[in-house]
Amino acid sequence: MSDVLSLPWLLPALADFRARVRSLKSAETVATADIAVLAARSLDLSQLGSLGKIVEARRETLLAEGRLRPLLLGIAATHTVDLVADALPATAVRHGLLVDTVQTDYGQLAQAVLDPASSLAQAKPDFVLLALDAAALGLARPQFEAAAAHEAVQSALDYVASLRDGVRGNIGAGVVLHTLATPAESLFGSYDARVPGSVRWLIARFNQRLAEEVAGDADLVLDLASLAETVGLARWHDPLRWHDAKLPCALDAVPLYADHLCRLLAAARGLSRKCLVLDLDNTLWGGIIGDDGVDGIKLGQGSAKGEAHLAVQSLALDLRRRGIILAVCSKNEEAAALIPFREHDEMVLKEDHISVFVANWTDKATNLKAIAQTLNIGTDALVFLDDNPAERERVRQELPEVAVPEVGDEPSDYVRLLSLAGYFEAVAFNDEDRKRADMYQANAQRASALQKVGNLDEYLASLDMECTIAPFDDLGRARIAQLINKSNQFNLTTRRYTEADVAAIQADPAKFSMQVRLVDRFGDNGMISVVIFDRGTDAWHCDTWLMSCRVLGRRVEEAVLAHVANAAKAAGASHLTGEYIPTPKNVLVEKHFEKLGFEARGERDSGGTLWSLELAKYSAPALPMTIVAKSAAT
Amino acid sequence: MERSAITEQLTEIMIDVFDLDELEYRDDLSAADVEEWDSLSNIRFMVAVEKEFGFRLSNSEIESLNNVGEMVDLIQQKLA
Repeated sequence: MSDVLSLPWLLPALADFRARVRSLKSAETVATADIAVLAARSLDLSQLGSLGKIVEARRETLLAEGRLRPLLLGIAATHTVDLVADALPATAVRHGLLVDTVQTDYGQLAQAVLDPASSLAQAKPDFVLLALDAAALGLARPQFEAAAAHEAVQSALDYVASLRDGVRGNIGAGVVLHTLATPAESLFGSYDARVPGSVRWLIARFNQRLAEEVAGDADLVLDLASLAETVGLARWHDPLRWHDAKLPCALDAVPLYADHLCRLLAAARGLSRKCLVLDLDNTLWGGIIGDDGVDGIKLGQGSAKGEAHLAVQSLALDLRRRGIILAVCSKNEEAAALIPFREHDEMVLKEDHISVFVANWTDKATNLKAIAQTLNIGTDALVFLDDNPAERERVRQELPEVAVPEVGDEPSDYVRLLSLAGYFEAVAFNDEDRKRADMYQANAQRASALQKVGNLDEYLASLDMECTIAPFDDLGRARIAQLINKSNQFNLTTRRYTEADVAAIQADPAKFSMQVRLVDRFGDNGMISVVIFDRGTDAWHCDTWLMSCRVLGRRVEEAVLAHVANAAKAAGASHLTGEYIPTPKNVLVEKHFEKLGFEARGERDSGGTLWSLELAKYSAPALPMTIVAKSAAT
Repeated sequence: MERSAITEQLTEIMIDVFDLDELEYRDDLSAADVEEWDSLSNIRFMVAVEKEFGFRLSNSEIESLNNVGEMVDLIQQKLA
């Protein structure tokens, strides 16, 4: 495995990188794909800078193409972050984002954050990174009095909290906080750990309390402390660059810093990967099951190779437990591929853990598409782990949006590389996540039940569905915001709202909000739909209507319409109106309103269509589910 | 190492670091001649040189340099 600073899960930069960038500079049109193919590789700081300039020059056309999610990042720093900022636009493309940055003037951090008229506030960033170093926070020198030590940490935390509140209140942006990297130097040696007030103690205490007490659910925390440790503190910190230009880390660590920041922002936008697709032979076990047989494959304690493959399985299982879906894609006879799962005692992964199991001789790119389709997720939500470079190359060519870590042929490296790559970066962990893999599991069973039943109505009736519709409440808020930011396909307007926005909608009497849950005999699907209507006197207008694709075709949208129609009628409205705003991903719902009986009302000004439903003519259909309507909790 | 080999390598580095389409090497080339050559890209330049030639430059060495020709002298001296 090559050096961690060179992002070893990525292939090296294309040999003709410079020539390609040059041709993009003068190209008539530049598509996202032209940039993405370069950004998908490991790039050094200069390469990120050159490619970033292309992104900046073509921002308007990239925005119009709609494949990247735009995000304006404000950076308020007490040190020089220009090099990080320069690396961000190109790095962000790797993560599906179109990032632009706005920085505060050096030394103007507090004013920029606390004054609503500052240029930072005026720029209206989506997020603001508060980049504060230990020196600026008064934590770079030891405090040998216990009271002074605690006081130093407390006042540093208070300062961060006040800036965070300033960003939220004055700028209305999300906040990115970060932990502090431990210095590479000690004062007492090992004894530092035991002296309250040593710099290591101060920083450890600050980091712990920042994560536990200061950071709220809506704040993002970039864990620079663990990033720096992963790199190695003596490599992370470069005293010459710090003294010379107040650079927060060594120059060659900047591409990794930028990648970690972008994956965090992408996660906040719901762009993290959702599913790990595993090859079998020489990935989950050593050897080839079809040739070596269940007794011949290497797996489990007793050999380095067997333990390495076991570690891969353990990681996969742990990922599943935190909500990542597992799938298998193997060139094998299915019967042979299943034998280890059924007969090998040391298998950590069981058949049950795999939501979609594909073992055949079809080309893997085709199989990956089928896996994504079965799970109702995009191929851009897949990570494909395969020891075979030819398979990796084939998938990269056919499906460049699938993440394919460059794992090499040493299975002992696989866990490390997969973890370093950060494909599954999270910004929350809740009950829905804990249950997700089971929900997708149940979905695969539902798909096979469908094949058996054949008749859709009979099938739906056989599901014993219970659909619960309730207005937004505090308990549902995190999941509501998650769905609003993640749903791309079944999403009529693709309006993104933060948790704070969701709270405001909940409190606004002019809004009619719905969070929808669905339980069936295979399990609890959790919250699967979010809908917001603006209550007008005559017409109620649909601001947001989205649904998780895993309950597509279950007639949930009809239950939702019946619910809102009922409420609107009761309030004296005569119409429901809606709009469809097209994006590259939501063609699925182009005819949503039409299917529900709305009449076309022409084109929207900036693209899309308008719809209207006369409530007098609407009557709710009989639906194959029990509907539980809840009113606002007080 | 031959001076011409060093200048050739240095030219490649400068093209990358300063994001130039092309660059005609001259000994008296300095920050004043290259638009992209500011204090931060100068640091990137120094680090790229360190990486390419495999040694570290001290702050005083960096501050003593007035043009690219002096950089070539320094590299030659360091590699000798």
